[in-house]
Amino acid sequence: MNSLRVIFDKDTWQEIFGSISKNKTRTIITVIGVLWGIFIYIALSGAAKGLDNGFERQFENIAMNSMFIWGMQTSVPYDGFKTGRNIKLKLSDIDIIRQRVPEVEFIAPRNVRGVFGGAAPLVVRNNKSSNYNVYGDYPEYTRIATKKIFDGGRFINEEDIKYSRKVCVIGEKTKMELFEKDENPIGQYIRIDNIYFQVIGVHKFIPGGGFETDGDIYIPFETFKKIYNTGDRVQWFTIAAYDNADVVAVEKEVKTTLKKIHRVSPDDERAFGGFNLGEIFNKIIGFSKGMTLLSLIVGIATIIAGVIGIGNILLISVKERTKELGVRRALGATPSEVRNQIIIESVFLTLIAGILGIILGALVLSGINLATADLTDFPYTNPTVPIPFILGALFIMIFLGTLIGLIPAQRAVSIKPIDALREE
Amino acid sequence: MGSSSLHVLKGINFNIQEGELVAIMGSSGSGKSTLLNILGMLDVADEGEYILDDIPIKNLNETKAANYRNKFLGFVFQSFNLINYKSALENVSLPLYYQKIPRKERQAIALHYLESVGLKDWATHLPSELSGGQKQRVAIARAMASRPKVLLADEPTGALDTKTSYEVMDLIQKINQEGKTILVVTHELDIAKMCKRIVQLKDGVIIKDENINQVLASEHV
Repeated sequence: MNSLRVIFDKDTWQEIFGSISKNKTRTIITVIGVLWGIFIYIALSGAAKGLDNGFERQFENIAMNSMFIWGMQTSVPYDGFKTGRNIKLKLSDIDIIRQRVPEVEFIAPRNVRGVFGGAAPLVVRNNKSSNYNVYGDYPEYTRIATKKIFDGGRFINEEDIKYSRKVCVIGEKTKMELFEKDENPIGQYIRIDNIYFQVIGVHKFIPGGGFETDGDIYIPFETFKKIYNTGDRVQWFTIAAYDNADVVAVEKEVKTTLKKIHRVSPDDERAFGGFNLGEIFNKIIGFSKGMTLLSLIVGIATIIAGVIGIGNILLISVKERTKELGVRRALGATPSEVRNQIIIESVFLTLIAGILGIILGALVLSGINLATADLTDFPYTNPTVPIPFILGALFIMIFLGTLIGLIPAQRAVSIKPIDALREE
Repeated sequence: MGSSSLHVLKGINFNIQEGELVAIMGSSGSGKSTLLNILGMLDVADEGEYILDDIPIKNLNETKAANYRNKFLGFVFQSFNLINYKSALENVSLPLYYQKIPRKERQAIALHYLESVGLKDWATHLPSELSGGQKQRVAIARAMASRPKVLLADEPTGALDTKTSYEVMDLIQKINQEGKTILVVTHELDIAKMCKRIVQLKDGVIIKDENINQVLASEHV
């Protein structure tokens, strides 16, 4: 309670300002030590957070626990079949997978023209034309990978599937290339491989890696089937597992199920291809968590180094000021007053340095943010440091500042005033 | 310092009345500084008692000693011991700070004492901007500011030339005439003669203790 009174006493601060402004160079160098520490801490954890946010943005349009599975060639002879048999996924696989793998939440079959071999269909409107990839899709697909549709449009729905409607969702690029600038494409017709399709929506392209582009056209799966004569065949399944499911296990189960259906050896690793976004996502999350932890450790270690520097400097300062402290005590300063003064000096220096470091760190982070704002490919978004982290760092600094201040303070008190005065 | 003890003072017994101006003389090693340190509660005697204004000074811990020093004693040192980053005014108000006197009041008192030593115009100057005599006068003002019962001066003129020494002694005499009890440790006879009583120490014992006819320093200035 006594020390609290001291903290709010104007005179205390006058004393402290007096003694720390006495040796400006030393004060500045001391402050830089901690400032650097907290700066590193803020900059690193902000950068780690930015990376984290960046990865999240890259994956924001697709379910994080999703995967793609496609058929390839068998590599093990089985059940009377030779190796090298091409496996084609079938629409009927879906129901079986649903039955046998309850962890699957959504499963959407997809077919495409123009991506995996084969020419992209020619799309014509009036006198404009170009080639675009055309996907056959179920409405369920949007439950796995979000497709943002511009106002006034919609994605493929159940009715479209049911009646094999000739409707399509076009990309931003398609709209730009086939339509006039201020023209509303909704309700207009375009020709895909010489068949007229009505445009029902324009999807917003979100870069997320993979093979999708901003020119993609989506048509109902059933329509695709009829036009391109794909029958029951499915090029790949997009599968989303429930949030709490282990995606790696789900992938394995799905593949096991598919192997049974398609009479493939259980040991055949090459019959089905898979790309497990969930697994990769988990790795990335783990990576950015590691980064955060690393920046936390490095930052705190640097802060500690800085605070130790302050303690060191104060120790020298106390030695230099032995005589002054002796005079003060001859004039009636009690040991606790001397001790408090030095501890408050320590904490004050630490805090000032810390706050400056936080400001500097924030400036650098916002600078990085501005510099990377336009780079959509670079996984770096909105680098921030959560307030609890900053408060935690400040708390650590006050705590360490007090602790480290105790050493020189104790030293200052342990020198008897008479010895201090005798020192020349 | 060190663990081995050395008996410097070997039985000292004397009284000082209020308002006296006493010179403690002796060659170096005679124990005069040790005596002053004990009187100043900077050091403790292993035996004997010390009674200051009817208060026995004993069993002092550092905090208690600090409070007593602050209330009862004013120090003047040979090397002035001003705090070099504080102005004259701030130096004088420092003991008042430790008395927890509010800032405004403190500065008014300090200014008053600076005026009494003739340095009001130098209030904002740093010690480095003052001459030796001025520094010692600031130190005396500082010692006086806390209105102590006793002023302890350890070789107050030791670092000053003769003329400035006499000026400082003149100031000390004036303060004494106002009724303040003052002890001056010195080894210079001319300075000692400006006091009212001389206590001579040799090898830790008092060899002579006499009242003298005070030489007024103002006659020499």
